[in-house]
Amino acid sequence: MRYITEINKNGNIAVDDNILVKDVLASAGSHILDSFAPLFSAEAVERLEKSGYTISGKANVGEFGLDLLGETSYYGIDTENGNLKNAAASLVSSGDVEAALCVDLNGAPRRAAAAEDIIFIKPTYSTVSRYGVIACACSGEQIGVMAKNAKKAAEILSVIAGHDDKDGTSDLKEAYDYSLNDTVKGKKVCIIKELVEDASDEVKKSVADYKQKLIDLGATVEEISFKNLDAAMSAWQILLSAETCNNLSKFDGVKYGYRTPNFKNIDDIYVNTRTEGMGFLAKATILYGSDALSKGRYEICYDKAMRIRRVITEEIKKIFENYDIILTAAASSKQFESYDLKDSFNKVFEESKYTVLASLSGCPAVVTNGVQLMADSFKDNTLLSIANATWEV
Amino acid sequence: MGYELVIGLETHVELSTESKLFCSCGGHSSANEPNDCVCPACSGMPGMLPVVNRHAIELAVKAGLMLNCKINQYTTFDKKSYYYPDLPAAYQTTQWFHPICVEGLVDVEVAGETRQIGIKQIHVEEDAGKLVHTNDSSLVDYNRTSVPLIEIVTKPDFRSSAEVISYLKALKSKLQFAGISECEEGAMRCDINISVRPEGSEVLGVRTEIKNMSSLTSIEEAINKEAIRHIDAIERRTEILVQETRRWDDVKKRTFPMRNKETAADYRYFPDPNVMPVVIDDEWLAEIKADMPATVSEQIEKYMSLGLSEKEANAAAAEANLSAILDGVIAKGIEAKTAAGWLLTDGLGILKKNNIQPKDLVLDTDKFAWIINAANKGEITRNAGKTVLTAVILENVDPESYCKENNLTAQNDIELVKSVVAKAIENNPKAIEDYKAGKEKAILAVFGAAMRELRGTASPDLINKLLKEMIS
Repeated sequence: MRYITEINKNGNIAVDDNILVKDVLASAGSHILDSFAPLFSAEAVERLEKSGYTISGKANVGEFGLDLLGETSYYGIDTENGNLKNAAASLVSSGDVEAALCVDLNGAPRRAAAAEDIIFIKPTYSTVSRYGVIACACSGEQIGVMAKNAKKAAEILSVIAGHDDKDGTSDLKEAYDYSLNDTVKGKKVCIIKELVEDASDEVKKSVADYKQKLIDLGATVEEISFKNLDAAMSAWQILLSAETCNNLSKFDGVKYGYRTPNFKNIDDIYVNTRTEGMGFLAKATILYGSDALSKGRYEICYDKAMRIRRVITEEIKKIFENYDIILTAAASSKQFESYDLKDSFNKVFEESKYTVLASLSGCPAVVTNGVQLMADSFKDNTLLSIANATWEV
Repeated sequence: MGYELVIGLETHVELSTESKLFCSCGGHSSANEPNDCVCPACSGMPGMLPVVNRHAIELAVKAGLMLNCKINQYTTFDKKSYYYPDLPAAYQTTQWFHPICVEGLVDVEVAGETRQIGIKQIHVEEDAGKLVHTNDSSLVDYNRTSVPLIEIVTKPDFRSSAEVISYLKALKSKLQFAGISECEEGAMRCDINISVRPEGSEVLGVRTEIKNMSSLTSIEEAINKEAIRHIDAIERRTEILVQETRRWDDVKKRTFPMRNKETAADYRYFPDPNVMPVVIDDEWLAEIKADMPATVSEQIEKYMSLGLSEKEANAAAAEANLSAILDGVIAKGIEAKTAAGWLLTDGLGILKKNNIQPKDLVLDTDKFAWIINAANKGEITRNAGKTVLTAVILENVDPESYCKENNLTAQNDIELVKSVVAKAIENNPKAIEDYKAGKEKAILAVFGAAMRELRGTASPDLINKLLKEMIS
């Protein structure tokens, strides 16, 4: 299933179903938002429509976007030769739409773009309004753009980025330069070896090929080591889970969406609605987050995770004092076979290793040619320029 | 053995902002129907993000300044999670880690003795909605959801219910005075923490909390009753005291424990990633300070230096509205003592008679000053002044034309007054006889008749003088 709700056959932009379009059903891939139609559109959607783009429909997503590639959607997911197929990436790759807006909260669109050999940019945190995103991990999630090439991604991003009064965390700049005018020549690139060495041979080859392209275009490439990946992964898992636990609490069967038919009192409504309305990964994330915030656990879990986030962000800043670009794998493997969803929590956690640095620090990340590039915050244009230059080689 | 009460208060007060704490919905007081003032943000719809109401921050800072607090110039908002149908987002945004004001101090006065009460902190938070229970269902009204509140938390410094009441009265007048809160009936809600210990002991007793009290009478009764319950438990072993949350039963006049389920929540506080820390820089703080009205005690001091009695000064300063009117007419050149007399004697009298609260008095200071000036110059009598003041307060008439239309302009024609007095004497022969026989009060009937005839337009002194001259 590509669209959960189709809007316009001639539309040129697909949006993930966790991004709101006024009056169009929005499920975020979950049963619990059954029949929910929002009263307003996401700011990014509104800006696109004002600029003459047309939304084609609401692309299928994994429940609240928490998973690998969309496999936890209540509405089912496509597979091809046993491999998971992400809806938005398929729509872009097949040319059905020019681009798609996807919420990157734990790397799903980055993995999807790598699998389909298309481009995805998770822009610098705070540059695209999150108004109208069905939120999970507010402190790190970001609307990004999936497209067939860097030019199209830059075109769409320049429409949706810029300050929005309705998002209190929104950066104050009205617009950003995505003119693709930066060059590869002279760029200092580092490869984080821990984010390549355990990946599949196919992925390793993509990274090696890309490294060669960069060198051919005049960049210097070195290998570095990043020691604290385990801490970064744990910290992000705690923050993401805690925020998700809090953000999903509002889906309680009282106001809108699915309500259990099995209740005698308010507690039944809460418990049964949420038990029946959510899938395994959402529940596991909620439990994990609830624990991290509970009395006696907060200091050693959530508070510590915030401190780790600061330390990791500092470490990444230091890397960017010496290098312009970090090059890594985008995922452990190019394709993912479908699997028993009872393993989803652990599987996503393991896979977050490749995407966590940008999620945790808010720096921009671009997936292109099956690899991931990161740059310092607000250097999105450099990433897109490099993606554009390497695409043409 | 004597016992000492140890009480701390948490007081919730609604802030007088135009809109809610994180969205542009109007406050619930502007609502006519349930769920009139509701938007996707304050009804817990997905996709909405909070944007902090700066006015709420300013009012909270003013409250802190009023209570001599340290203002935290870096303050943050946190989420408090729990499930309840009146809380649509399933979390309340409050200030848990970095409250806006801390370490304040306020005087309370009981029976002429002043003691200081420490303020632990003031924090800003959202109110919850309201549940309406019918026979077979419960309905939710989100009008009040996300209306900004401040919670003022004192240290356990109160030693009697009288101190608590004195504090709450002073707090209310301070907050109203500075335009921080209208403190409408029932809109000030208190949680009372109470324990008792033998006099002289430094060790605190078992503490209980009485939740959600709003009337001063009930607060006083509840504290006194709860103290007796504690003392009985200690002295006579009537029960074993446990640290718990209780409610007050206003009919049975006793406290009773809340169900454990209502109190055992783990609120899972954490910083709200969607609300950036609020930084109150020196410039903003200076602007807020400059916008503060003089404090009640400063006002009292000012009025007394202008010649008002202590009683007058207190009465005028206690009500922000009266104080503003008084300041207004003083600024128009009316002598303070005279103005206070008109406002506090005549004005308050008129309000009482017409069942108007002083805070609701609307009185144009230009018109008020005209009346006082006219009376001072003898253009109208005090009595006529009172009549026209009533008309100004109730109908906002123009005093000058009202006096003309109603013949209230003072009667300075001595001959005319003389003839009216003579007629009054002639019409009341019995009263004159009694007066001459030594019943001094009998003359009042004659005086009254003359006053009535002149409709209060002649000065009472003049009538009295003429009356006495003409009888003797």
